[in-house]
Amino acid sequence: MKVYFKNIYQAISSILIGMSITFRHMFQKKVTIMYPEQKLQLPERERNRLFVNIDDCIGCDQCAKACPVSCIDIETIKAVPGDIVGKTGTTSQGKKKALFVPKFTIDLAKCCYCQLCVFPCPTECIYMTDVFEFSTFKRTDLLYEFTDMTPEQAIEKRKKADEYAIEQAKKKELAAKEAAEKKAAAPKPDNNQKKES
Amino acid sequence: MDKFLLDIFGNELIKDLIIPIPLFAFVIVFALYAVLAERKISAFMQNRPGPNRVGGRTGILQPIVDALKLLQKEMVLPDRADKWLYWIAPFVVFLGTLMGFAIIPFSSIYVGVDLNIGLFYFFAVTSISIMGMLMGGWSSNNKYSLYGSMRSVAQIVSYEIPTALAALNVVMIAGTLSMQKFSEMQAGGIQNWFILGGPGGLSKVILIPFLVTAALILFISTLAEANRTPFDLVEADSEIVAGVHLEYAGMQMVMFLFAEYAQMFAVSGVLVTLFLGGWQSPFGEAVPFLNTPWMQFVWFIGKGLFFVFVMIWLRWTLPRLRVDQLMGLCWKYLIPIAMVCIFAVGLYLVL
Repeated sequence: MKVYFKNIYQAISSILIGMSITFRHMFQKKVTIMYPEQKLQLPERERNRLFVNIDDCIGCDQCAKACPVSCIDIETIKAVPGDIVGKTGTTSQGKKKALFVPKFTIDLAKCCYCQLCVFPCPTECIYMTDVFEFSTFKRTDLLYEFTDMTPEQAIEKRKKADEYAIEQAKKKELAAKEAAEKKAAAPKPDNNQKKES
Repeated sequence: MDKFLLDIFGNELIKDLIIPIPLFAFVIVFALYAVLAERKISAFMQNRPGPNRVGGRTGILQPIVDALKLLQKEMVLPDRADKWLYWIAPFVVFLGTLMGFAIIPFSSIYVGVDLNIGLFYFFAVTSISIMGMLMGGWSSNNKYSLYGSMRSVAQIVSYEIPTALAALNVVMIAGTLSMQKFSEMQAGGIQNWFILGGPGGLSKVILIPFLVTAALILFISTLAEANRTPFDLVEADSEIVAGVHLEYAGMQMVMFLFAEYAQMFAVSGVLVTLFLGGWQSPFGEAVPFLNTPWMQFVWFIGKGLFFVFVMIWLRWTLPRLRVDQLMGLCWKYLIPIAMVCIFAVGLYLVL
């Protein structure tokens, strides 16, 4: 009999305690963050979408080599002497640019956001931004192109570079021939003899 | 109201057809907005803002949008289901609840029909919805639905008893079963309400603890009859998926939902009429302008909505009972205590 009344008392008191708690919660501040309109502050070292400041890029390809999933694709063209790469020909830190970068793509569908590409960059031109909402309907839309060169420009520069390379090769050949002729005309150097002996 | 309509139309039949229209409109609007209230209150209790996209921050248009969405949905008939019973079941459930509304006195001028056996009629008619539940569960050809409906029947049939016993206390004091008479007897302010002993001399003070207990028992057992948490073993999402509702979609699902929410108000209405003065103002004749027929609507619906709020509040506070606990509560606690109350009230009346 004692247990019976104790049960009733416990049931009523615990229900009343529970109800008072829920009633108090009704007037408390809401904890919901209304996401699209309201955003949480991102952590200090967050890793999100990559960005390349192509003006500073020297086309050294180190980021592409560091990438564990090879999502960075870079093509370069050697600059002909006298040609200015980009707007000024130098990076913002004053380093000389010797390569055109006609193709610099990052496939963010592949990217694993490891940030390993950021550290090797000598000019600090590739870095993580705070953009994290870039879902698309097509996977191809996640292929980001960063170069500032048009395809026509690229073709033109490549042609120039090729011509220059051929020219240089010819020059080299000539120089080599001349050197060979000189070598043939001149007496054999002493060190060869030393080796034989 | 009856006489007024009879004067306008001069025809019994038209009058009878017109009387239930406001009742029906009230039930539909109430059921729609009770869903919103449920969602909002549950959200507030969990420190969330709740529905706030449709119709501003309050989400006031949410029920309409929900209803439109559900109207567009396909009505699915499960393979090898019992077709007739399956289609009829939700309407039977809703019908039982809606018929219960007929005797609920909203005001001294408005009651669907003032039967002299009103309370008895209410308990008889609301039991029809159990039949709908069993039909739905059986015909769905799904074991979870069947479990749900069997639980429902066991639960509601057992909880009819404490409901009737608790209501009997008031019936004994009032000596009537007519809902309108219950309300009229409690005139003259809060001290004359049946929860405080009803009209009578000073000796009625002895009755107060028993009548408060009876009101509590009536509230608990009608809560169980309305299949609300903590007695929602019929639905029990985490145990038997959704019980009877499991196979239903679209408008039929809505019928079940409407029945549940309408039942909430119906049982609150009965509780209010029996124990809390019905449409009487708590100030009685002291403040006459609060006791006009139109203010009586406000009092009655206000009191009813308060109990609906308590039901929602309980739902988001308490966990669900186990089946054995449910039966234990009914047979070991509610019925003996209700018996003691009846005994005490009877003794008082005899002496």
